[in-house]
Amino acid sequence: MHLFFEPGLFSSGPVRTAAVVGGLTAVVSAVVGLFTVIRSQSFAGHALADVATTGGSGAFLLGLSPLAGFIGGGVIGAGAMDLIGVQRVRNRDVATGIVLGAASGLSALFLYLSTTSSAATGTIQHILFGGIFEIDPSLVPLVVSLSAATVLVVGIIHRPLLLGSVSSDLALARGIGLRTTGLLFMGALAVAVGLSSIAIGSILSTALLIGPPATALRLTRSVRGAMLTACFLGVGTTWLGIALAYDSADWILSSQGLPVSFFIVTIAFASYVAAGLPVIRRQVGS
Amino acid sequence: MSTLLEVDGVSIALGGRPILDEVSFDIGSGEFTGLIGSNGVGKTTLLRIILGLQKPDGGVVRMLGAPLSPRSRLLGYVPQKVLLDPDVPIRARDLVALGLDGHRYGFGRRTAQQRERVEEMLHEVGAEFFADTRVGSLSGGEQQRVLIAHALISEPKLLLLDEPLANLDPKSVQEIVALLHSLARNNGVAILLSAHEMNALLPVMDRIVYVTNGRAASGTTAEVVRSDVLSKLYGHHVDVLTLHGRVLVVAEPGAEVGDIPDHPALTIS
Repeated sequence: MHLFFEPGLFSSGPVRTAAVVGGLTAVVSAVVGLFTVIRSQSFAGHALADVATTGGSGAFLLGLSPLAGFIGGGVIGAGAMDLIGVQRVRNRDVATGIVLGAASGLSALFLYLSTTSSAATGTIQHILFGGIFEIDPSLVPLVVSLSAATVLVVGIIHRPLLLGSVSSDLALARGIGLRTTGLLFMGALAVAVGLSSIAIGSILSTALLIGPPATALRLTRSVRGAMLTACFLGVGTTWLGIALAYDSADWILSSQGLPVSFFIVTIAFASYVAAGLPVIRRQVGS
Repeated sequence: MSTLLEVDGVSIALGGRPILDEVSFDIGSGEFTGLIGSNGVGKTTLLRIILGLQKPDGGVVRMLGAPLSPRSRLLGYVPQKVLLDPDVPIRARDLVALGLDGHRYGFGRRTAQQRERVEEMLHEVGAEFFADTRVGSLSGGEQQRVLIAHALISEPKLLLLDEPLANLDPKSVQEIVALLHSLARNNGVAILLSAHEMNALLPVMDRIVYVTNGRAASGTTAEVVRSDVLSKLYGHHVDVLTLHGRVLVVAEPGAEVGDIPDHPALTIS
């Protein structure tokens, strides 16, 4: 690697868009992901990523915006899981699995139809593995509003969500509408996965959703601390991944550079492993 | 003593099986009441009905003379246990604080006064030494203390506890009973506690509600824990023996009385 990053990193338009969208995505993923981990809904998060794939590939076939497809698919998937019974812990895995299977079948069809149409290889790559340097800058205002709305919603319901994760009876006895908070949370999860899909791809979005929060839980004691740490780790991971990917064009003879998603996911994984090392855990004292 | 809670002719069947049949009893303010019965007789169902989490098929629950609106602030609830992963960063003090504002939507930081109240409550239940430990890492007895603080911090008139003594070692049982007894006396809060073992509660119970076969007998321990009353409830002759200050309910060999709380093994002796 260069001592300094490739000149032009900070002046390049696509890199700036990538940094803004990637940073916002990382914050939304960290906030939503922390509650996903606390509520033991990682599987639902992963399944929503697969449903987002269906939405994204379907949107491509119809000539719609992939972001609309990702989020639309996620929201429909979240609604379907709720109908089948994702709110009851006992039925959660079954409901999630059923929706996941059905959505993956549709993805197979949409992606097959896409490959048979012309010049689609790049798009499929983007849907599955992300294309953060090719994001249309006109999407930025939408990404900003979606991110702000999602973080706001999770912030508003955070205490009932926490109490519900301790015990559903305890929450019900306090008059909390578990169904409403659960649905709002699934909606937030769908948006987080959708944003993450345009940044690092629908298949990999779970890595950003679960990785930084899981690492933060290893390093902190309180919810507030875990939330701040997860945001910091998520944004750092994403920006470092973008910088390394931009830089990687010079590492090998090909001028293409390596995929951003690869770097982001690898850094997220390495941070999680490092946070579990005994020497670090002992310092945190958890 | 004024009547706080009236359970009036409550009946419920679950999955076609009758669980409670016209169960009635009263609880006075500040009273310590034991809801005694073996596992599966419907104690949890009865508590859920009182809490408004389950609708009875018949009968009514009144609090201070008025039909109990679901989710009344007059009630505090302590579930049997919570299943939290030790990885979840909810500390004992966080759970107690959620007793103040866990039902509130919005951001709003806690005031200094609220934080002080949390400290007081942690101290009152003897949880100050593990206030910063994650709830998922606490022992059963420690978790009960934190859950009791969570329920009491909103200053309810009646505290409902679902088998708080189950799965505790004998020392913790003594400690939790003593804690509840002093909380009831000092704060004037009434307690309805379900248990399948009555002996640990005998010194502190003002009243007992003894449930079996879907029916209940209530009164003071002396009025209820008697051979004639319990025989009528079980529909078979049972003897009530006192041995070294412990009460044993014993059925004749071969009597089909189902499980007897306290010492089921003795039913066949």
